[in-house]
Amino acid sequence: MNGYLMYGLVILLLMVSYYKDRKKTKMALLKAWKSFENILPQLLGVLILVGIMLAIFDAVLISRLIGNESGWLGVVFSALVGAITLIPGFVAFPTAALLLNSGAGYMQIGAFVSTLMMVGVITAPVEVQYFGKRMTLMRNVLAFFFSFAVAYVIGKVVGGL
Amino acid sequence: MKLLKRYRFFLIAALFLSILVLRNRELGIEAISITGYSLKEMILVIPPIFVLLGLLDVWVPKETMIKYMGEDSGLKGILLAFLIGSAAAGPLYGAFPVAAVFMKKGVKFSNVLIFIGAWSTTKIPMLLFEISALGAKFALTRLLVDIPGIILIAYVLCTFADQAEIERIYKKAESM
Repeated sequence: MNGYLMYGLVILLLMVSYYKDRKKTKMALLKAWKSFENILPQLLGVLILVGIMLAIFDAVLISRLIGNESGWLGVVFSALVGAITLIPGFVAFPTAALLLNSGAGYMQIGAFVSTLMMVGVITAPVEVQYFGKRMTLMRNVLAFFFSFAVAYVIGKVVGGL
Repeated sequence: MKLLKRYRFFLIAALFLSILVLRNRELGIEAISITGYSLKEMILVIPPIFVLLGLLDVWVPKETMIKYMGEDSGLKGILLAFLIGSAAAGPLYGAFPVAAVFMKKGVKFSNVLIFIGAWSTTKIPMLLFEISALGAKFALTRLLVDIPGIILIAYVLCTFADQAEIERIYKKAESM
């Protein structure tokens, strides 16, 4: 799995680094801990919010919101659901495929997948820590509107509307 | 007291969770199990990223990063930002600490934003997964629209941000 690969790589690099310079390696680990500890409170809060959101926005509710809706209202709904939720890709893509099978349009699914990836309402507290409120707001708003362009093209190309 | 303030957001979220458990037991337990699941995902992905960042911070000189991704890096910097972002693993919140180290090392702001965009939408492992679930036509169409979109969003953000704001963000990254 991807995660174990990362651990392996990092352990290898740490060993090389330690071999070359013990003091620098210690400094690197200290810095790593400091920046991790810095963001930990926000991260923990976000994870709980994600848990609550996903428990409420289950597949049934999502498909009711965007399932058989068509047109731009459905697209707006899908974009909103994608923007608010934070679903890991390996859950999101099969869910999207399921929604397609149960009658959702490509345009709606395009909007959902796009905002899911680009817009992070729940992760905004973490983003604000690094980029400030204004920049975070602007990036997310731009990404939200851009997702409609993505949805439109996907609807045209894949859905053949 | 300081600790309480730092963890305020976490405590409020935990309070919401407890209210949910009390009012709707089934939904609350579902929420707890999903939180546990994301916590596991975080533990798998986030610590190596931070250690990697620590090593990068200590070993890679600022001059090197400026040369490859700084003010005058041009197309090379854009391509590198795309490549690094696309090769990454993990949820979007993992990208922000990386962005902070990039800024510390003098990476151009537009390249930092392109990196964030690439991390969010053009990750290669996710793309393979998307193709298998939604089909190549869907995934590749999205990718083709998203690549110019990422660059566009990065430059629009750069235009709207004034110099003072960018400096403030860079200064903040210095203390992270």
